[in-house]
Parts: sequence; C-alpha cells; structure tokens
Amino acid sequence: MRFLNRSAGRLSRYRRGPVAGLLLLLLGLGLTGGLYQAFSPAQAAKSDTQAMQVEKGRKLFLVGCSFCHGQNGQGISTIDGNQLGPSLVGVGAAAVDFQVGTGRMPMAQPGAQAPRKKVVYTQDEIDAMAAYVASLGPGPAVPAAKDYSVEGLTDAERQEAIVRGGQIFLTNCTACHNFDGAGGAMPRGGYAVNLHSVEPRYIYEALLTGPQNMPSFSNGNLSPEEKRDVIAYITSMRETPSYGGFTLGSLGPVAEGLFAWVVGIGGAVGFAVWIAAHSTRSTKKKAEVDA
Amino acid sequence: MSIDTSKVAESNRSSAATAAKPNRAGSVALWADERLGLGTAMKKNLRKVFPDHWSFMLGEIALWSFVVLLLSGVFLTLWFKPSMGEVTYQGSYDALRGIPMSEAFASSLHISFDVRGGLLMRQMHHWAAMLFVASMMVHLLRVYFTGAFRKPRELNWVIGSLLLLLGTLEGFTGYSLPDDLLSGTGIRAADGFMKSIPVVGTYLSFFLFGGEFPGDAIIPRLYIIHVLLIPGLLLGLIAAHMLLLVYHKHTQWPGPGRTEQNVVGYPMLPVYAAKAGGFFFIVFGITAVMGGLLTINPVWKFGPYDPTKVTAGSQPDWYMGWPDGALRIMPGIESHLFGHTIAWNVFLPIIVLPGLMFTILAALPFLESWITGDKREHHLLERPRNAPTRTALMVALMTFYGLLWAAGGNDIIAIKLHASINAITYFMRVAVFVGPLLAFAITRRWCISLQRHDEQKLLHGYETGIIMRSAEGGYSERHLPISESAAYTLTARDDDEVYVPETKVDENGVAAPVGRLDALRGKLSALWFADNVQRPTRDEIEEARHHFEHELEGGHDEHAALESSESVKH
Amino acid sequence: MSDQHLPEHVSGDDAGSDLEPIRDPGLPEHQWRPTDVDPKAEKRAERQVAILFGLSALSTFLFLVSYFTFKVGDEWDSSLGLGVSNVALGGTFGAALLFIGAGIIQWARKLMADHEMVEMRHPAASSEEDREATLAALQAGLEESGIARRPLIRNSLIGSVALLGAPAVVLLRDLGPLPGDKLKHTVWKPNMRLVRDVVGTPIKASDIEIGDLINGAPEALFPTEENGYPEIEGVELQAEKAKGAIIVVRIEPDELQPGRGRENWDVDGIVCYSKICTHVGCPISLYERTTHHVLCPCHQSTFDLADSARVIFGPAARPLPQLPLGVDDEGYLIARSDFLEPVGPSFWERDSKDIGNQGEADV
Repeated sequence: MRFLNRSAGRLSRYRRGPVAGLLLLLLGLGLTGGLYQAFSPAQAAKSDTQAMQVEKGRKLFLVGCSFCHGQNGQGISTIDGNQLGPSLVGVGAAAVDFQVGTGRMPMAQPGAQAPRKKVVYTQDEIDAMAAYVASLGPGPAVPAAKDYSVEGLTDAERQEAIVRGGQIFLTNCTACHNFDGAGGAMPRGGYAVNLHSVEPRYIYEALLTGPQNMPSFSNGNLSPEEKRDVIAYITSMRETPSYGGFTLGSLGPVAEGLFAWVVGIGGAVGFAVWIAAHSTRSTKKKAEVDA
Repeated sequence: MSIDTSKVAESNRSSAATAAKPNRAGSVALWADERLGLGTAMKKNLRKVFPDHWSFMLGEIALWSFVVLLLSGVFLTLWFKPSMGEVTYQGSYDALRGIPMSEAFASSLHISFDVRGGLLMRQMHHWAAMLFVASMMVHLLRVYFTGAFRKPRELNWVIGSLLLLLGTLEGFTGYSLPDDLLSGTGIRAADGFMKSIPVVGTYLSFFLFGGEFPGDAIIPRLYIIHVLLIPGLLLGLIAAHMLLLVYHKHTQWPGPGRTEQNVVGYPMLPVYAAKAGGFFFIVFGITAVMGGLLTINPVWKFGPYDPTKVTAGSQPDWYMGWPDGALRIMPGIESHLFGHTIAWNVFLPIIVLPGLMFTILAALPFLESWITGDKREHHLLERPRNAPTRTALMVALMTFYGLLWAAGGNDIIAIKLHASINAITYFMRVAVFVGPLLAFAITRRWCISLQRHDEQKLLHGYETGIIMRSAEGGYSERHLPISESAAYTLTARDDDEVYVPETKVDENGVAAPVGRLDALRGKLSALWFADNVQRPTRDEIEEARHHFEHELEGGHDEHAALESSESVKH
Repeated sequence: MSDQHLPEHVSGDDAGSDLEPIRDPGLPEHQWRPTDVDPKAEKRAERQVAILFGLSALSTFLFLVSYFTFKVGDEWDSSLGLGVSNVALGGTFGAALLFIGAGIIQWARKLMADHEMVEMRHPAASSEEDREATLAALQAGLEESGIARRPLIRNSLIGSVALLGAPAVVLLRDLGPLPGDKLKHTVWKPNMRLVRDVVGTPIKASDIEIGDLINGAPEALFPTEENGYPEIEGVELQAEKAKGAIIVVRIEPDELQPGRGRENWDVDGIVCYSKICTHVGCPISLYERTTHHVLCPCHQSTFDLADSARVIFGPAARPLPQLPLGVDDEGYLIARSDFLEPVGPSFWERDSKDIGNQGEADV
C-alpha cells in the first residue's frame, strides 16, 4: 500500500524501480538462502529452490497470517475503518523476520502494541514466509551478519564506531528507549521495549522497518554504517560492567527515590527502633548481688 | 573533669588535702577552663537529660546525613571543576572518548573512573542527599503528628521548614552540577519555569544564565550556591535548631512520672552521647553500603548535556517530584493579553504551588493555635488520635503531596503497571482534589474511633479473649481492667477547650457584636474539636471501677454492660 | 555507677494533678538488666562489643586491601557484571562504620548505666525581673541616643540606609545581557539545508520513507568548507542548538491536515517541527508512526504532527512551531524561512500574534 501510493521519484535510492526491487529481492533471498544453507541439514539444502520456498511460505501465510493480513497480504480493514492487520506489500523480508522471529506475530489479539512472545515457527518456516512476503512487493531484506556486526574492524575503528553509535543512540533512541535502553512509556498504554536482550539482527530489522508504532530509520535516514554503530554501542553497553553497583532497573531518579526511602530511611529507622528499644530486664535486684 | 565536685567533698576531711599531680587530660581541661570558663558552660549540659524513643531519632538521621554530605562533598570538590569550558574527553571511559563536553562533566567522569573511591564518594554524596531531605520530612511528620510544634517550639518549626526548603534547593543545585544529559534537561526545564514568571521571568532567566540558555555561567554559579551559600545557611539554621532544642529541652511522651514540668530520660553523657554517636556511624555506614552497592545517577550513560538530546524517564530527584507531578497534570492554559503571554500551565504548578505549600507548612503551628486559642506551653506529646483534626489535616496534605509525587512518576508507573499515561494523568487531575478530602474525613473518623477504643479500655478494661457463658446461656467476652500506669497514660492528656469569642460588654451593659474574624475563629474552633471523645472524669472512672469489682465478684451482668456501652455513646 | 543521687520514685505532684482523672502513680521502680546483676552476662556483653569493634577494624583493613588491589581507570576489575572497586570499597567501608556504630550502641544498651534521670523544666520565657531590667536598659539606651527626640537624624539615617539597597540591586545588573529579541529568532535562514543531528549530513527528500523520523539540525551548526558556514562552537553553538533543533517526519500526504496558510509547508508529506517543547523546553522526539503523535518525555505533552502539531494531551498550551520546507536543486531539504514564532516555552514578552496556526507563511 505504501509502495503503491508513491511515485518513483520519492523512493529510496536502494529501491529505484521494479528492477531494483527484484534485484533486492533476489539478494535478500540469496542471503537468506545462504544462511539457511549454512545452518540447515543437507536434505533441506537440496530440496529448497526459491520458488518452492515462496510456495511453502504462502501456505504457511494462508494458515497463520491471512486472517488479519488478508489472503494476499493486502491487509484487512474492519467495518469502523480500523485495520485488523496492515498490508504487507512492500514491508519486506526484514519485517517478517523481525515480527515472526521475535514471536510478535502471530498476535494474540489485534492492537498497536505487539509484545514479544514465544516464537511459534522454526527459522525455516520464517524464512519461507519472509520469502513469500518479499515476493508481494520490494522491501528491505533480512540483513546479513556483516551489516550489524563490528567483526572485522580494527580495534580503533570499533572504538570509533561505539563512540559515534553512542551519540546517535542518545539523539535518536534514548527519548523512547531510555539512556540505558531500559524502555519507556508511550501514550495510551504503549511502551518502548527494553533493548537489553534484543539480538543485534532484530535491532537492525526494527530500525529498518519501524515495527508497530516505532518510527523507521530507513537507510536514507540512518545509513547502514550508522545503524551498525548504534548496535555496536548497545552491545558494548551490555558488556560494560555496572561500575557503581546494582542498576536498580536503570529507570532513573524514580527508582533511586524508591530505594532511598525503602533501604535508606527504612534501614535507619530500623536501627533507631533498636537503639531506643528497651532491653531485657532482670527480676533480680542489684543489691542482692552486691551484698 | 574540672567540675567533678563529688571528689572535693570526699577529700574534704579534717586535714587539708594535698593537691594531687593532675593527669594530662585534667591539666588540659584546667587550661581550657581558665580561659573559656567551660566548667560553668558545661555544668548542666554534660548530664542534660534526653528522653528515649525511636521517633526522636528521626531528626538525627537528617543531622548525620548532613555531616556525611559535608565530608563526601569536600572530597568531591578536590577534583570537580565547576566550569562549562568545552574540552574533548580523553579519559578512561571508552564510550565517550573524543566527545566534546564541559569541564564539569569531564571532571565528573574523572572522579567516577580514575579516582579510586571517587565513584563511591559521588554515590554516597548523592544517596546522603536523598536521605537528608527524606529524613527531614519524616522528622517533620513526627513533630507534627505528636504536637511537638506547639508553644514554645513554633519558631523551631519555622526553622525546620526553612531547612527543608533549603535542603531541597541544595539538592537541586547539587544534582545539576555534573552537567550530564539528565541534569541539563532539569536546568532547561528550570529555565522554562523562570520564563513563565510574569513581567520579570525572561530577565531572571537571562541574568541567571548570563545570557541565553544554556550559556557558560550556570554551572559555576550553581556551584558557589551549592558549596558555599546554601551550606552556610544550612549550618547556621541547624545550629539555631539545635540550640533551641537544648534550650526548650526535648518533649516527651506522657506516662507515670513524666509531666509537663519535667523531662525523664538518659543523661547526655554517657548514654545519649553513645547512642547518638553510634547512630552517626550507622547512618554513615548505611550511606556507604548504598553508595557501594546501588548505582545512583550513572552520568556516563547519560553523556554530556546536549540541548538536542533527551532520555525517557527524565525526572528530577524524588524531592522535586511533587511539583513536577503538578506540572504534568496541569491542563495547558495560557493567557495572551496585549502582546504578552502568561503561561499559567507552568507558573501555577511550579512557582506558585510550592511557595504556597511552604507557606502553609510554616504557618501550621500559628494556624492551629489561632483556631484553638491555646496559648499554653506544651512539653508532653499528644498521640495523633487525640488531635483528630490536626492528624487529619496533615494526612490530607500528605495525600495531596503523595498524589502529586506519584503523578511525577506517571511514566514509570505506566510501564511498571502496564497502565496508560493518559489514564493516570486524567485520574490524578481529579484525585488531587478528591483524595485529600477523603483522606481528611477518613482519618478524622478513624482517630475518633481509636479514641472511643481507648475510652472503652479505660472504663471497661481490655478484651481478654476469654468467652464466658452466663447462666441464661448468653455468651460474652470477659474484660479485665488495665494496669494503673496504663490507665494513667491514657488519661494524661489535655481536655479540649473550644474557643468562644468574647463578647465585650460596654458600660451600659450592651454587648458589642462579635467581630467577623472572631466569630469565624469560634466556629473553626468548634469544628476543630467537634466529635472528639473527651477523657472520662474521675467520677466516671470510679464508677467503672465499682462496676468492675461488682462484675468480678458477682459474675457477669449483661444488662449493666449494655447500659454502660450505651452511656458511652451519649 | 553514679546514679545513687537520682530520685528512685518521683511522684507527679504538680498543681493540676488533683484534677486529673487518675493520680500520677509516679515513675516506676528501676529494673535491672541481666548485665547489671549477672557478671557472666556482663562479660558476654563486653565480649560482644569488643568483637563488633574488632570486626570493624577487620573491615577497615579489607577496605585498604581493596583500595590497593582493585583497578579503576582504563581497566576496571569486574565480577558478576559489577564494578569490583566500588562495591568492595563501599561494602567494606560501610561494614567498618556499621560495626563501630553497632558496637557503641550495644555498649550503651547493655553496659552503660541506664538509670533514667529527671530534670525539671523551666519556662521558655525569661523571668519578670529580667524582662523589666532588659526593657529598662533598652529604654535608657534609646533615651541616651536621643533618637526619639531627633526625628531629623532618625529619618535621614533611615533614608540613607534604605538607599543602599539600590547599589545592591544595580551591582547585579551585569549578571547577564538583556533578552532583546534573542528568543524570537533562531539560526534558521531561508535556503539553509536540514542536516541529520550528530553526523551533520544533508537530507535528501527522496531518501525519506513514510514512517521515518529524523532528528535534525540546521546546517549552520555543522560548518564545513563545502557549505561555507562560519565556525561555531561553545556557548554560541549550545544556544543555537537549544533553539534550532528539529524533528522531520514523513507522513502519508493524504493523512496530513496542513494548517491555514501552511498548505505548502511540507514536501510530499515531509514535515518539520521544532524539537523544543512549548511547555518548558525539553527536546521532544518520542514519535509514534501510525498515530503521528509525538510525546514529550518530561511532562507528557502530546502533539499531533499530522495536524500542525496540535496539542492533544498534556500540559503544553501551544503547538510546536513548524518550519516551512522546500527542496534545493540537488534534492536536499531546505528551510524556506526561520520559524515564524519563537520556539520553546512561553515567556512574558511573547506576542500573541505569534500563536500557532495564525502565523502566515511569508515565503
């Protein structure tokens, strides 16, 4: 839908025209296929051709997704104009890999916020569905490991990437996800998720596709290197020890205030009660002993 | 000790005593006394009596955390550079290396990462600041709920209120100094607060910041306010607070032998000094453990202040939370008049409201004594239940404070309880008005029913838990009289005296009409004490005792019990 | 023990006592503690106290060991994800202090004499004689100064001292410059490019997709030889950043409801607003792509970016100022003018003509 409403001139330079889209699609499929080959047993490798994968994905889609997203992934609107499920034309393989790979899809119930759940499909099946959705219209492909990894950079380059990534993170991400990536509240019960345990691949895909209410940071917005730097910063934060002791959830002054009252004032008052409490008394008289 | 007169009396025998060679401590004391007259000054104070109760130590938490603040603060000043001069960070923390930042922030990083124990001292200083303000508030509540602010201690209450205000400002200026993203966001909000003040706001802002926000003057200016101006005022006021405490002598709970005329407790030397001194180490120790184990304000994660950046969960420290909450729930109202703008949505909640609240706080003792007409000195504490309106008034204020406080953390509450920020905000807009009223009514009735309970205990004894069956087959619980000292303690309180406006009669015998203010005062006074349960008279207690003896001798009498419980209601 | 002179039993025989419902039974008899009467208990308590002091000394020793053992700086020692130095120093220092405190308190509770003493109070007021003597002295002093008889001296003194307030106020004048019209303008100029914050790269309109959020800045804050803007740093840079920060989002053009006079302020659904909240000035960029709402993390004001940043929730009273956009020859986004109203929080001198939607684009 998004794709269809726009004229070619406003498209990302990575997706200029249908040919580029096809190329991108092929590239994405090639990559996923490559990954797939690398990780799956030999019998899968020999049976899966591209078309078969798309076909397999379509079947899975019809069973698991079409109820909300429509038979052809065109999206379904409810009578009162709300969307049951948005159109998936042009969202790309990356969106499928993110949404299904993190268990967000299929959703338990429709809504703006899709919480992370147990993943119900195997990576095989996810790849097949991604291939199918990618075939509906050109969209971002599943990123390769080299896109979000700083492996292969020199120490100095990696250091530079982390510092730059930190600044980009503080400018673009902390407003919602908080300074430590601990997440934050959004309007009407929404929330920005905690980034502490999100895999680099999914962070990259989320940036690329803007899942649910999150704005997207497409390659024309935040270049692939900048996205990689942000991920490098987030992963470096995880590896950095908590210098000052336990983090109290990294929620800022509210959590600190709570601990000041409960631990600090609570502890001090506890001691005060001990100090002023009457100690045990004896029934004996001092005189008896002295005598 | 130079004042130990008992030794003189003992050696004062028939023959003249030979002067023993004084030991070293003695000679030092003598040397000092000959110049300072310490003997006279300390004669009474060394054995000054302090009553013992856990709630009397709450103010000490504040005092000792202030000492911790002075000690750790001096440590921090040895490295901290209060300058906004721009430097490029080349220190130990990897993720910020090469980033331009102010010297203040760079030196905060230096203290945190390159000075051994520096991070500990920073965190202890911050935790102690949180405890300082928190313990002042807990202490304030204790003083208020027990009526310890009454004559002659009203001025000490006002000093205490000023300490709370200054402590809060000291905290704000302090956590703004590292010039990190969070504190910078706070300063920027403060700039917005100032600009909302009609007529002079913009000028105040430009003068404070030395030009347009953020400028390069604010950190050095806040620094000198933080390390010199406010601590000096705090020290002076704390000294005055303590001197008045010594002069008035501490209040005490009523009980056998504890009256308005005396004070019963332990002497300052040795017991009280040991307990207070020990408590200093305890408070210091708690701060150290918290500084060691609990991260507070990890400035390196916030990064240097940059006016284009912000983080979710941007909150002030807890004691600034309640006006921030007021700011959050205030509807967006602004007036535009003759080319000028008045931002009520900022000015009312953050400038007017805190000023109003502190004025009300400082005025509470005077308000109460005006309403009740009570001009006597009080040294015995009152149980909160025996002053239902006073207790309810403070609980209402606490509810107001607490709701605003919660509103200041509405985003964190929203994440933690999976609620909607919008719903919480709408709820709070109503709750801050309804909540205190409800709290007032409930607390007042609760106090009065506790008073009834006390009266029951006094007249009909305590519930033993023994169920007795009468000859007729009825069941009842057996009550036994409470001990003499417990009974005395329950009755050791003032009778409530409603203020009645005096009608002045002129020489012709015509009564002048009561002034409007005086009439209001009379009405308020009647309301203040309305429905309170007065303590029983001596006759009523005697009667109850006879009844008890009769009951214990002659077994259970249902009718008598019924009658007496009815008479309570009257 | 020095408590032999203390009254054992004090009866409350004050004047009001007869009116009390129950007569004051007086202080109860002192009861001894096990440590007072049982030498074994006394010894035990003594040992306890000494052990607590010993543990404190041990903790202090461990503190010193930690100080010299655990590294900070470049290579912090860490364990269990925590910085060891801080935890060890805080733990041992805290233990050392807590043990001393507990020892002293245990000493006071178990071994120091615990006879309660009675001290009589005195009224806070000074005695009648003292008061009169003071008043007399004051009177005499005033009399001798003759201040009451010489109103000329008195009034001229009061006047001259009061006037000293003026230098005190005037001396503060140079704390800062006057506001002038600084709050009414930002660094934005017609044809200035929008750039991404932090990296400073210009933004091509065609690169932005629907749903994108760009935290942007004016190009003048990222001077290069190429763009030719003058060097800017320090105070000036911070002040301009504080006013010039923007957010750029791309919204489905038919979902956009441009305000009156703002019909051509977007570029194919790309709109740009000030990032500075109109409430108290926090930077604001918590953007929801499907609702087009942006939320302020400080006080939760919410603005609808599809509808001229109208306030839909929270304490803010005015919409975020909008920057009229255009594209240059190379396809990069540019501003077509400065903001047409002051950005950031309201202030007294802010003219009501500048309110939100009424600003006409003069470009």
